[in-house]
Amino acid sequence: MIHQPIHTLADAYRRGDLTPTAVAEAYLARIDALDRRVRAYLTIVREQALAAARESERRWRAGTPRGPLDGAPIALKDVLCTRGVRTTAGSKILDTFVPPYDATVVERLRAAGAVILGKTNLDEFAMGSSTEHSGFHPTRNPWDLTRVPGGSSGGSAAAVAAGMAAGGFGTDTGGSIRQPAAFCGVVGMKPTYGRVSRYGVVALASSLDQVGPFAQDVTDAAHLLGAVAGHDRRDATSIPAPVPDYAAELAKGVAGLTLGLPDEYFIDGMDPDVERAVRAAIEVLKGLGARVESVSLPTTRHALAAYYVILPAEASSNLARYDGVKFGLRVSAHDLVGMESRTRAAGFGAEVKRRIMLGTYALSAGYYDAYYGKAQSVRTLVRREFAAAFARVDLIVAPTTPNVAFKLGEKEDPLSMYLNDVFTIPGNLSGITGVSVPCGFSVSGLPIGLQILGRPLDEARVLRAAYAYEQATSWRGRRPDLP
Amino acid sequence: MSAPAHYEVVIGLEVHAQLLTRSKMFCGCPTTFGAAPNSQTCPVCQGMPGVLPVVNKKAIELAMRTALAFGCRVNPACRFARKHYYYPDMPKNYQISQYEEPLAEEGRLEIDIDGASRTIGIQRLHLEEDVGKLVHEGTLETAQASLVDFNRSGVPLMETVSKPDLRSPEEAAAYLKAFRAVLVFLGVCDGNMEEGSLRCDANVSLRPRGSTTLGTKVEIKNLNSFRNVQRALEFEVKRQAQALDAGEGIRQETRLWEADRGYTRSMRSKEYAHDYRYFPEPDLVPLRIDSRWVDEIQAALPELPRARRQRFVAQYGLPGYDADVLTQSRALGDYYEAVLREPAPSAGADRPKIVSNWVMSELLRVLPGDDERAIATSPIPPRHLAGLLRLIDDGTISGKIAKDVFQKMFDSREDAATIVGREGLTQVADETALGAIVDSVMAANPKAIDDFKRGKTVAKKSLFGQVMKATGGKANPTLVDRLLEDKLAKIQR
Repeated sequence: MIHQPIHTLADAYRRGDLTPTAVAEAYLARIDALDRRVRAYLTIVREQALAAARESERRWRAGTPRGPLDGAPIALKDVLCTRGVRTTAGSKILDTFVPPYDATVVERLRAAGAVILGKTNLDEFAMGSSTEHSGFHPTRNPWDLTRVPGGSSGGSAAAVAAGMAAGGFGTDTGGSIRQPAAFCGVVGMKPTYGRVSRYGVVALASSLDQVGPFAQDVTDAAHLLGAVAGHDRRDATSIPAPVPDYAAELAKGVAGLTLGLPDEYFIDGMDPDVERAVRAAIEVLKGLGARVESVSLPTTRHALAAYYVILPAEASSNLARYDGVKFGLRVSAHDLVGMESRTRAAGFGAEVKRRIMLGTYALSAGYYDAYYGKAQSVRTLVRREFAAAFARVDLIVAPTTPNVAFKLGEKEDPLSMYLNDVFTIPGNLSGITGVSVPCGFSVSGLPIGLQILGRPLDEARVLRAAYAYEQATSWRGRRPDLP
Repeated sequence: MSAPAHYEVVIGLEVHAQLLTRSKMFCGCPTTFGAAPNSQTCPVCQGMPGVLPVVNKKAIELAMRTALAFGCRVNPACRFARKHYYYPDMPKNYQISQYEEPLAEEGRLEIDIDGASRTIGIQRLHLEEDVGKLVHEGTLETAQASLVDFNRSGVPLMETVSKPDLRSPEEAAAYLKAFRAVLVFLGVCDGNMEEGSLRCDANVSLRPRGSTTLGTKVEIKNLNSFRNVQRALEFEVKRQAQALDAGEGIRQETRLWEADRGYTRSMRSKEYAHDYRYFPEPDLVPLRIDSRWVDEIQAALPELPRARRQRFVAQYGLPGYDADVLTQSRALGDYYEAVLREPAPSAGADRPKIVSNWVMSELLRVLPGDDERAIATSPIPPRHLAGLLRLIDDGTISGKIAKDVFQKMFDSREDAATIVGREGLTQVADETALGAIVDSVMAANPKAIDDFKRGKTVAKKSLFGQVMKATGGKANPTLVDRLLEDKLAKIQR
């Protein structure tokens, strides 16, 4: 029952071949056996998971399941607030924080009958691309335990790849779903900004953050997205547009669609295995009837710089609340400023401190226009450029990352780490949607991801193309070499 | 105390008003004052990880109502911004406020000072969230711990910044009074300065008379009554004048008014001034204000006290004093005009003044005129007072009886006709019947007749009183007077 997609599990529940309780128990047992090595989870909620599984089982037996996710064992990145379950954002400063409320996404997943197994590891406050910079411990790539799973949602990606969850959720601020999905060989989707509620998501950069699913295949991704998408009156930035039946649209194929191929996404120094796999994938799509055109996105080269102004600026503001006064870690001192300073000094890791300093500087009086103001102008250009491209093509196809999973400790220089997100960041700056779908392996046997980007709210078409590609290839049958 | 003659005082006020919404600015928590600590809170107003703000539409509406009353331009789009500083009563360590794109700009408020009127410019009006409150065990200096109460955190605040148009501490106090009156009148703020519903900071500077450039300004905080505004500014004007006279110059700084000690003291100077690192609040989309919404609020705007006072004088010919009294609250002005709108077929041209007299001398004898609720729920509704006045006009009762009836109406909530009918208070206005009573009174008082014949006209008054007494006060006094006049004239002849 491990490594079976959620829609297959649902079929088995319907037939009575499997029960949600048995599946939940199997997953919990696998986590017990395996997670000592992968370290995908920060918190396991065994009793809650089994209770939810028993409820689900009753519903299936009564013939009243709540939908395709009923009884699906899933993992949540530890930035999604869970009522009564510690939510750390991967930071020591929130080590003891237990939210009194559920994020909207969590509420909707519970309502859909999903069985939450636990909370997964991440780079502290989602700042990073490797899950090495967790305040607790690094997570390892199931395909090669000496390598990183990507990040920041590395825990959820690794859990799904290792068969320690049937599906998962992460957040994508600059690639934090798509990049680990590519590194771990699973499907990862960043919805349009505003498609999924951010209420209850520990914020990194409010104008960029978006919640999305990790899945074993595209069909599951469609179901997982469908369960959480849609307007939420508690999030003023969520879009009041109806949610299509993503799964129902999947089989429509790519015949007649025009795919844009951006020259700027095939750069010097990228891994030749990645380029080869992605170009081969594009040939597959052509073979399925898609037309391919070259498009130009020249502002891509400024996107990274703009991103690393906007993100730290917003993060420095969002992280101001962690001061030891109200929740989480408190380091005592003789006075208030002492307590706040010592709490933040002890609670935050180096990368978080670096970004708080960068962001504070960028927002300072006298520097605002030169940094934050300028970065917002670049952002507008990136958005316009995508709009212009999408006036000509239906989708844009590109590599998810310039390289495959790297070794733990390999990228000590923050800048080289930042470069990892060069192909994913423009999608966040422009607010569009995108998916990473497995498209092969490097010579060394590491997964490679194909990125498919679409117009705002065009998730259905993005998933449709991903599905067509997936069905035409056999990558999804490959599993990491774990017991 | 005014400034030395060679300096001109320049003052601008920043007033923070808590809006009378039921729920908070960015969450659904109640805004009730005085509840148990932290009982009116939720994850949003406690600034927990993951929470998001949602704008309270009612707060926007109340702020727009105020802006339009001040003649401000309501901007078609405005934005919230984050204002950063660390303080434990502020849960997110930033305040959601408005910065570059406020809700409204460029208005004015008229104030009366020494019998003359002055127009004070209003620079901007914007919305923000209030912070919580620190509770220290004992004094701040000796407390072992401080506790935070977030009940107030997130309560809608409207900040209104005046232009530096105020020229004396008296004017500043007059501005704040007029400002408060407008807010209370509009029903957007309860104006309670003791509870902190209305708070004031002042910017004050001096410049040589005749100069057009502004001097170095000092911000004074903690001015939480009209009296404190005036006292603090008077102190500060004197302090600055002395410093300037001594050639010391003024340091740009924030000073705190110590009301108990009667002086201002330095809080922080410009070198330590906060860099608030404002940037547009990414959790909220820009607010678009539909011009139709503006028009609706404008159309529903009540007449302000000052305009109403002027209209009462012009339209009804009331003395200024009457107009002042009648416009002291919105309810009282409404009451007065409601009485006037009632039918009064036999009333004369002096009816507005007569109604004013009744309201001022009788209604305000039993109800406080500045209590909106008391007036609005008066046991004598305007319709009943108008009915009473009609009974006087058509001669059914005398003015004297009417005053008794008024008290009975107040006690019983009945209308005048019911009381007059039941208690037989109808005035005797039958000339034949009254003539007979006058005759019998005259017959019973030969001494008074003799006195009258000898030229003592005061005797007529005595006879009048006897007639009224004989009728239990119900005789129509005009008719009695005429009958007496006629009958005495006959005797004299």
